[in-house]
Amino acid sequence: MEVVQSHRKSSSNNVTVSTLPLYRSAPPLEVRLEDFELFAMDRLRVLKGISDGLGRGKKPEEMEKLVADLWKANMRHPQANEEANKDIISHFVLRLVYCRTEELRKWFLSMETTLFRYRFRFESSEAQRALMSEFKLPYKAVSNAEFESVKDKLGQVARSMGQTLASADAIFYKVPFEEVPELVAGRRVFICKGHAYVAMNQVVSLVVTQFRSYLSKALILTNRKWTSTVREQEKDRLAPIVEALCTSYLGPDYSQPNEAGEISVKDIDHIAKTSFPLCMRHLFEKVREDHHLKHGGRMQLGLFLKGVGLKLDDALAFWKAEFAPKVSAERFDKEYAYNIRHNYGREGKRTDYTPYSCQKIISSTPGVGDHHGCPYRHFSEENLRAALVRMGVSSRAVEDVVDKVRNRHYQLACTLTFEAVHGSSCDAGINHPNQYFIDSQRILQSKGLCLHTEYCVIWDTFEYSLQLTQSLQWMSLYVPIWFHSLAEFDIKGTGAAGSVFTDTTDGGGSLNPMLIQ
Amino acid sequence: MTTEEAETGRDDMVIDGAEQANAVPDGFDANYLRIYYDGKHPACDRSYFGRREFSFTLENDIYIRFQSFNSVTELENSIKEKCPFKIDIGPVYSVDPAKRHAYAQGGDNVFTPVERELVFDIDITDYDDVRYCCTGADVCLECWPLMTIAIKVIDTALRDDFGFNHILWVYSGRRGVHCWVCDGKARRLTNEQRAAIADYFRVYKGNENSHKKISLPGPVLHPFLARSYTEVLKGFFEAKLLPNQNLLSCQERYEKILEMIPDASVASELRGRWQENKRASMSKDDINLVRWEQLKSVLQSGKQKTQGLRRCVEEVVFSFTYPRLDMEVSKHMNHLLKAPFCVHPKTGRVCVPIDPNNCDEFDPTTVPTLTQLLEELNRGGLRQDAEDELDGTSLGESVKFFRTSFLQPLLKSCKEEIESSYIAKLQQSKNTLSW
Repeated sequence: MEVVQSHRKSSSNNVTVSTLPLYRSAPPLEVRLEDFELFAMDRLRVLKGISDGLGRGKKPEEMEKLVADLWKANMRHPQANEEANKDIISHFVLRLVYCRTEELRKWFLSMETTLFRYRFRFESSEAQRALMSEFKLPYKAVSNAEFESVKDKLGQVARSMGQTLASADAIFYKVPFEEVPELVAGRRVFICKGHAYVAMNQVVSLVVTQFRSYLSKALILTNRKWTSTVREQEKDRLAPIVEALCTSYLGPDYSQPNEAGEISVKDIDHIAKTSFPLCMRHLFEKVREDHHLKHGGRMQLGLFLKGVGLKLDDALAFWKAEFAPKVSAERFDKEYAYNIRHNYGREGKRTDYTPYSCQKIISSTPGVGDHHGCPYRHFSEENLRAALVRMGVSSRAVEDVVDKVRNRHYQLACTLTFEAVHGSSCDAGINHPNQYFIDSQRILQSKGLCLHTEYCVIWDTFEYSLQLTQSLQWMSLYVPIWFHSLAEFDIKGTGAAGSVFTDTTDGGGSLNPMLIQ
Repeated sequence: MTTEEAETGRDDMVIDGAEQANAVPDGFDANYLRIYYDGKHPACDRSYFGRREFSFTLENDIYIRFQSFNSVTELENSIKEKCPFKIDIGPVYSVDPAKRHAYAQGGDNVFTPVERELVFDIDITDYDDVRYCCTGADVCLECWPLMTIAIKVIDTALRDDFGFNHILWVYSGRRGVHCWVCDGKARRLTNEQRAAIADYFRVYKGNENSHKKISLPGPVLHPFLARSYTEVLKGFFEAKLLPNQNLLSCQERYEKILEMIPDASVASELRGRWQENKRASMSKDDINLVRWEQLKSVLQSGKQKTQGLRRCVEEVVFSFTYPRLDMEVSKHMNHLLKAPFCVHPKTGRVCVPIDPNNCDEFDPTTVPTLTQLLEELNRGGLRQDAEDELDGTSLGESVKFFRTSFLQPLLKSCKEEIESSYIAKLQQSKNTLSW
């Protein structure tokens, strides 16, 4: 892959230090179709995590750590090249999704700016200086003579913030106050005759303002291109998808199971073996084994079962029976029944809680004694292999799955498992445990039905906003058209089964990249 | 000036046709002057004035927005015809406000403000918790100095810190002051930048529920706050506000100040002392001053280890005297603000400019009223030149000040700005041609 990045050799060690991308222009990169979706999803997780952190009012130090953790968890790649490319690609894909309304633009701008701010802070001061010059900030360092004349005031400002003025040869920049509104607002700079004296460590503010202003304009331009050129052409195909991308991030929530899916307690055993995804199988096995589950597990499995069609009374009976060896009926009623009823919306707020999506499960953090979470993510390789074998996955498929896991494509791994277990392809990819269940049941119950039709039926049933009433073939074409018209990317779909653009019924592992859950 | 008189004055204006021609337009004449700068230079943007929004408040509280005019004459005629009770000035938009419906909300061709003076609004009712002489809309010479202080602090900062030059302070007609910063740089500020300046000025945060509404953290004050304190606030508080408002003379009042002390034991020590002394006759010195000295010496004594206690003295002074701005007015470009030289409908007083260099001498109780002006004008008889008509009246001084101290320098600077950008454009096109 072509790499477009500027690298700087750090003087201390001979490790190349790449500077942050500024996303000035989309570089000509080849993107695998799978990565296309996944990269954007991963970045979106980072942005949503940031949004969450800000919403909770986290302080800057906490945010710094949060951003580092989120980035590490979602955007890292063993090869620095790949990491840089993922960074850039994911940014541009999301730009397209979030350019379409004022509200979306505002959110995206806010999160990307925050992300940039904290990533900038992590950079070395050399790298920071390099970035500043890339922005062509026309700010002059304050001369020694001038510095002497304002030193006292600068010291006063520093002390008013509980800091000390750096050593005598500290670098200060003199900029028009309009360029640093945040610093002015917080009285964190000395201002004189319209000029603000900005310390090196405050330079972040300068740079971030530039970044933000650039991105803001770029988003408007992207939107313009979208509205003027692409949207009308793609009125029936692309537009609903792009809209779906950010609004139906949760996808179908499976909170209203259809009548056909009603199950009773005695069915659970059987369907657990045949149609549960690994995460739920594992939880179910543990309940049987330990006669107990901690809260996280009860929620994950309990809501899943509700989505599958287990009625409240049956659920109560099920859990009570499972816990019986350890928990008396009385105690169960006292300590556990309430929560189950709560999940079904019969207590408290009376919210009908929705079963967890893959995204939610993957991002959970099971601790000691927990069994919830996503096994593809949270299991050791050894344990995962063993579990897959128990499910009946062939050793060849196990290798594929493990490969996906190593690359952190957990949902792809689950999809491959599904395909291996059922012997048929899952074009849509797994995004929700209940989806896995339903797909599985359909395959088992209806023999000979074309997958495309089933697929449509499923989505219709759950009132998904995508209108896939036509054949799926066009799906393979939209991606390159889309990007070609925006002159940004060249996409080559090189999914496991060859080029996506010629044949969708090859049963290969090509995904619908637009169903970001 | 009672409301009755003001209404009578208003009635005169409406009913008596002959006087109308004299009174109304001339009263507003000076108002036009401030917009002359918008359109007089050959290289200037002719559409500028036409894109400025005005709003009128008519009789019976009828409010009409997005008024725009292509010339001063049009504006004058509209005012004479409609006799608005209040005239507000808004921003200059990207297009004529009258045509705004033809433009989109978003995208390319948008109806949006492009220039607007940086404005501030200070209202004495925001100080009701620290003045005892008046409440609400009333103002007297005891509490008016709070406005004077605000002018001094903000004006100095606007000039020295932000580098603005063309600043007009205007009496709002009843209970506050407005500030118009008209530098080109100021007019072009974005909402974000305006908010930044407003926040730079903000110190007061809180409401009835929180006791201490000023918090000045840090071992040392920012130079702006330090300067405001030493040059303006401290002196005013100790010499004027404290004794005039009797801030420490009785329990109800001194409790308010004691509440601001974070250390309960220190507060109760002072409380004890003052409760004992309340009946005893002390020295001839004002009791407020004596107690203030006591408070200062306790809080600032070397014994006090915590930073917070020493800073408390400044916090008390700030909480009583530091300017309290209406943030919302300053933050948004599209905020409408009353035009200078309007007549306040409730008091009849003219919104005259205030000279920041002499603001100590400004007396809101002697500001000319409409009735007064009408009388003066009638006495003077009809004159040829409308512009000089006000000379002989009590408004004459204000208009003269407005023209010489504010308008002319501003016009000059605008002219220079237009000329230099014109020259720069010529240069640029020359450059692109020459290569």
